[in-house]
Amino acid sequence: MIAATQLARRHRFRWWELLPWVAGIAVFFAFPNYLSFATQVLITILFALSLDLVLGYAGIVTLGHAAFFGAGAYTVGMLAMHWGWHEPFSGLLAAALVAAVIGFASGMVLLRTHGLTLLMLTLCTMTLLEQAANMSAAWTGGFDGMPGLSFSKILGLFGFDALYFRSQYLYALATLFLCFVVVRMLVYSSFGQSLTGVRENLLRMHAIGAPVRTRQVLAYTVSAALAGVAGALFTQANGYVNLAVLGLERSAGVMIVLILGGYGRLYGAFVGATAYMVLEHTLAKAYPTAWQLGLGLTLIAVALFARNGVIGIADSLRRRLEGSAR
Amino acid sequence: MDPVSILLGGFASGMVLFIVSVGLSVTMGLMGFVNLAHGGFAMLGGYVIVLAMKHWGFLFLPSVALAFVTVALFAVVLERLLYARLYRATELDQVLFTIGLVFVMTAAVTLGVGPETQVVQLPDWLRGQTDLGFIKYRTYSLALIAAGVLLAIGIWLGFERTRFGARIRAAVDNRRMAQSLGVDVGRLFAVTFAIGSGIAAVGGGLGAEILGLDPNYPLRYLVYFLIVVSVGGLGRVTGVFFAALFIGVLDFVLKIYFPKGGTIFIYVLTLVLLLWRPRGLFGRRGA
Repeated sequence: MIAATQLARRHRFRWWELLPWVAGIAVFFAFPNYLSFATQVLITILFALSLDLVLGYAGIVTLGHAAFFGAGAYTVGMLAMHWGWHEPFSGLLAAALVAAVIGFASGMVLLRTHGLTLLMLTLCTMTLLEQAANMSAAWTGGFDGMPGLSFSKILGLFGFDALYFRSQYLYALATLFLCFVVVRMLVYSSFGQSLTGVRENLLRMHAIGAPVRTRQVLAYTVSAALAGVAGALFTQANGYVNLAVLGLERSAGVMIVLILGGYGRLYGAFVGATAYMVLEHTLAKAYPTAWQLGLGLTLIAVALFARNGVIGIADSLRRRLEGSAR
Repeated sequence: MDPVSILLGGFASGMVLFIVSVGLSVTMGLMGFVNLAHGGFAMLGGYVIVLAMKHWGFLFLPSVALAFVTVALFAVVLERLLYARLYRATELDQVLFTIGLVFVMTAAVTLGVGPETQVVQLPDWLRGQTDLGFIKYRTYSLALIAAGVLLAIGIWLGFERTRFGARIRAAVDNRRMAQSLGVDVGRLFAVTFAIGSGIAAVGGGLGAEILGLDPNYPLRYLVYFLIVVSVGGLGRVTGVFFAALFIGVLDFVLKIYFPKGGTIFIYVLTLVLLLWRPRGLFGRRGA
């Protein structure tokens, strides 16, 4: 009975869900000199959030999620470069559409497999896109990518400022908020419930007649679209795009970010991306090798002991405290 | 280039792929463990050979043997201490753990030896060219092919003709059944893991001439090793052999005729093949 009411109430808004957004606005006023970096953090959060939908909720283990990030990034870049389409917001929509189409097409084909085969297929799809971008230099700039892209005012109202990154930051924050609302609605809907079911017990979901493949493909497509938006934001905020948006390092990186934060729990992406990016920003530049060593050891420790990341640890601490209080 | 030398060059790099990947195929087939750190053992082997020859005065062949032994011992320690805890874990945990392990290996090698590319000094008898009667070709490539073929025959014999090999085949085909017939799959796996990593170490050293050797080796070639294994089929030694040869030759040809991005065909081919046969060309339906 208690569980049932909890289930019915779990989509309700809780007070602490305001915190990330309050923090997001506070950063805008508190760290005006770091907004360029903060924008990168927001982009990583969005990217990790999109991965959370497939990895954390639908339980699809993929090593090729950067394919969609890259598709979005290149869509916006190529639109600006070749077709003179400089308006950012419609660029986001175009990027989402392109990434969603690729996600849908590849999802239809790939999600029939699972396990190592699926891992390999997602990896190959991404590498394929990377090589394609590398080869068609006339369109994508090849190895060097497309530097020096410019974008016009957002919806004709707010221009990107090159020096302070203020409008970029607010634009990214607003986009993240919109995308987050979509994801939150999705995972708390009955659709999200059935995704969790697929993750937890595939056979049983088949047995009760749930359209497993359709659900997975749909989740994959939505996730691809969101990753595409993140990639588009990346190109717009930085003014360039290159092959690094499509590599294995980006795929593995975003997975690490999500796992460290805690997957399958909405706010893991926020915690993971912020912690990872801040640590990387301060440590990786000064001590790159030590950073890699520490990151590797952390990953091993997380895989062995703390499977739910930072938020998972916080959760179990809270439960323990509540348990002792009663 | 004439077709024969293209074929020989492709075979040589295919043999390197085979030597490095064969252990991965067997261990993944046995336990279904997604081991992305396999290339790391190959890299460590390469470094052992370089260090042994440069600083400890070993000759070429003894240092190859040393690489096999040290890396196999190191692998079995890691397996008992860490890998064994994750056999029942999800793929995600395994991926995470092995990526972490790759990072640690890369960082450790960078700290201990340095970030620069290492060169394996070949002995005189492996340098220069050899006249085969119909063609003159690099001695080292020919030696690689010979070593690969010998190793393949050895592994095949071990697999098909020994009791130990029969146990492995049984466990790959049906782990539970093998267990209930009294096969200690855990120990089997530890031994296989050690031997497989040792062979990979030899491959990392012998293949340094072709693949290079630097701290980023495990991540750079990860996709290649995985392609060879998944195309060949998990736990299939002959499958991995033919897949490695095929991909080695294809890669060699593509790099000559389409130096810019020709490798895209390998990925397309892998995609199509895995969609057509998710268990690889030689994979059998497991239990």
